[in-house]
Amino acid sequence: MPAKNIIYLYPRFERFWHWAQTLLILVLLITGFEIHGTYSLLGFETAFTVHNFAAWAWLILYVFIVFWMVTTGEWRHYIPTYRKLYDVSCYYAYGIFRGESHPVPKSARIKHNPLQRLTYLSIVSILVPYQMVTGFLYYYYNSWPEMGLDWQLGTITFLHTAGAFAFLIFLVVHLYMITTGPTMLAHTRAMFTGWEEVEDVAACEWEDKSPKREAPATPTS
Amino acid sequence: MNIQGNEPRCTSCHAGYGWKDASFDFTSERNVDCLVCHDQTGTYKKFPTGAGHPVSEPKKFMGKTFKPPDWNKVAQSVGRPTRKNCGTCHFYGGGGDGVKHGDLDSSLLTPDEQLDVHMDAEGPDFTCIRCHTTKSHKIAGRCYKKPAAKELKSLIEDDLIERITCVSCHTEKPHEPGDKANDHTDKVACQSCHIPTFARRLPTKMWWDWSTAGRKKDGKPYAVHGDYGKHTYHTKKGDFVWAKNVVPHYFWFNGTLEYTLLTDKIDPSKPVKLNRVVGSRDDPRSRIYPFKKHRGKQPYDSANNTMAAIHLFSPKEESAYWGSYDWKKAIASGMEFVGLSYGGEYGFVETEYHFPITHMVAPKENRLSCDECHSRDGRLATLAGFYMPGRDQHAWLDLIGWIGVAVSLVAVILHGTVRKITKKE
Repeated sequence: MPAKNIIYLYPRFERFWHWAQTLLILVLLITGFEIHGTYSLLGFETAFTVHNFAAWAWLILYVFIVFWMVTTGEWRHYIPTYRKLYDVSCYYAYGIFRGESHPVPKSARIKHNPLQRLTYLSIVSILVPYQMVTGFLYYYYNSWPEMGLDWQLGTITFLHTAGAFAFLIFLVVHLYMITTGPTMLAHTRAMFTGWEEVEDVAACEWEDKSPKREAPATPTS
Repeated sequence: MNIQGNEPRCTSCHAGYGWKDASFDFTSERNVDCLVCHDQTGTYKKFPTGAGHPVSEPKKFMGKTFKPPDWNKVAQSVGRPTRKNCGTCHFYGGGGDGVKHGDLDSSLLTPDEQLDVHMDAEGPDFTCIRCHTTKSHKIAGRCYKKPAAKELKSLIEDDLIERITCVSCHTEKPHEPGDKANDHTDKVACQSCHIPTFARRLPTKMWWDWSTAGRKKDGKPYAVHGDYGKHTYHTKKGDFVWAKNVVPHYFWFNGTLEYTLLTDKIDPSKPVKLNRVVGSRDDPRSRIYPFKKHRGKQPYDSANNTMAAIHLFSPKEESAYWGSYDWKKAIASGMEFVGLSYGGEYGFVETEYHFPITHMVAPKENRLSCDECHSRDGRLATLAGFYMPGRDQHAWLDLIGWIGVAVSLVAVILHGTVRKITKKE
């Protein structure tokens, strides 16, 4: 077994926006599907009010997240790569059952494996903006004539609901994937404390091309 | 049921002095009854069967004595019409309190805030004419924008000045800026949300079945009193159903009602709409508007398949239904009066009449909550042709979406199970 290290991987703001987004996604899904008519829980009116409040809150949070990513250089963790993508896929497809070790273990330099990079990048740059745009178009339905839009309300609700299903499916898979750490709750605990248990590994081959950045101080284990 | 042939009774309200038969001169100002609107003594009363006239000597009607007015006092009292002046006729349309309209009855004489925020006697205390403003006796605010028969000079054509609506005072964006309710005013009438139910104090008649009229007890006409102290049966008129706190029906409405005329063919196999609400989702002038649907059964000419004119009332004549209780005679006489041919046979057909609901505006805290309509079986469940959140779904998207969620759930459960098994080994 390689030596174990505990490193401070997720700084305070990152943990904050992660859990804030968790809460917002849950609230938006619960109220959103009520507005959609899937069930009756809070009542349409409350669901509507809460949904809109959460939507605005997320927009503000999103601005801060993007700003944080850009200014801290955290965006580098989301640069997509195909290297090792196949290996990672194979690992989750069967390697994990054989007790193999992860082909791209977490380190201070690599928060996310290639599969995570692709997923999170898609979410942050496609799904979230998509859901925001369709959501705001939905809300400002009455102003469509001024915007030059000649759609039916059913069109935008279709697109927005489709986005909601994408989030729900992501949530299901994500909730499962976070149990695949060293222990079931290891990753979840790390997202609360910021400290992640990592294997002391050599640099990944595709890291070479990544710009150099200073690693956070690593306490001795 | 028709006015024609029954004038002396109906015209105690429908309208003026001496409209007792077809010879009435609608153009003569001498036939206008000023006092019914302007008397403020409260003693001026028209005799129920007097063709709009009060009595000249004391006369009894249904146990009540009508005295001749003290003309001097009445004349000296004249003033702007109060709720009582208007209500004398409009609260009692159809022959009794709350019979026709679900939103106009004697509870509006001194309403409280809960019943009508504007007319609240302790609050703004609006009279009818506060909204139904007049210009030279032309009264604003009626809903019947077009006359019933387009080719005829209508009684009410002169009344067609600008219609007052809620928007006239409250503007098209009456709610707080940013309130989603402001985005509804282009499609939903204010009344739809702000009059949650009608007939909130006094019952209104919802069903009037003429087919059971004419039964007698010991050879005499009789009446049955039911809930609310109202007749549920009367030999003269048949069976009634009364209701309170009635949830309206909702239709797209552009202000026009179209009427079934005595000359129009009807289909007796289904309820005949005596008037039809005109409007559509695509008409920018239409709003979703609340209505009372007054249902019942009425005699019709089953040989010609038309509605029938009935001679109901006459002080003397045997042909009137309320004298002979013989529909055949009453229809023959009624049809002759209006100059239409009667096929000689009659039946009873179910009818529907739509009354727009616009009075009894509730305080804002009592307005409808959104889910009254934005839900699967809400108040607008039957209003087709548009997508409404909470009511409508995209069946295919939902199916695919939930299959996707289920597949991912099954996949992670399977993956986790295999992980657990292989870990043990």
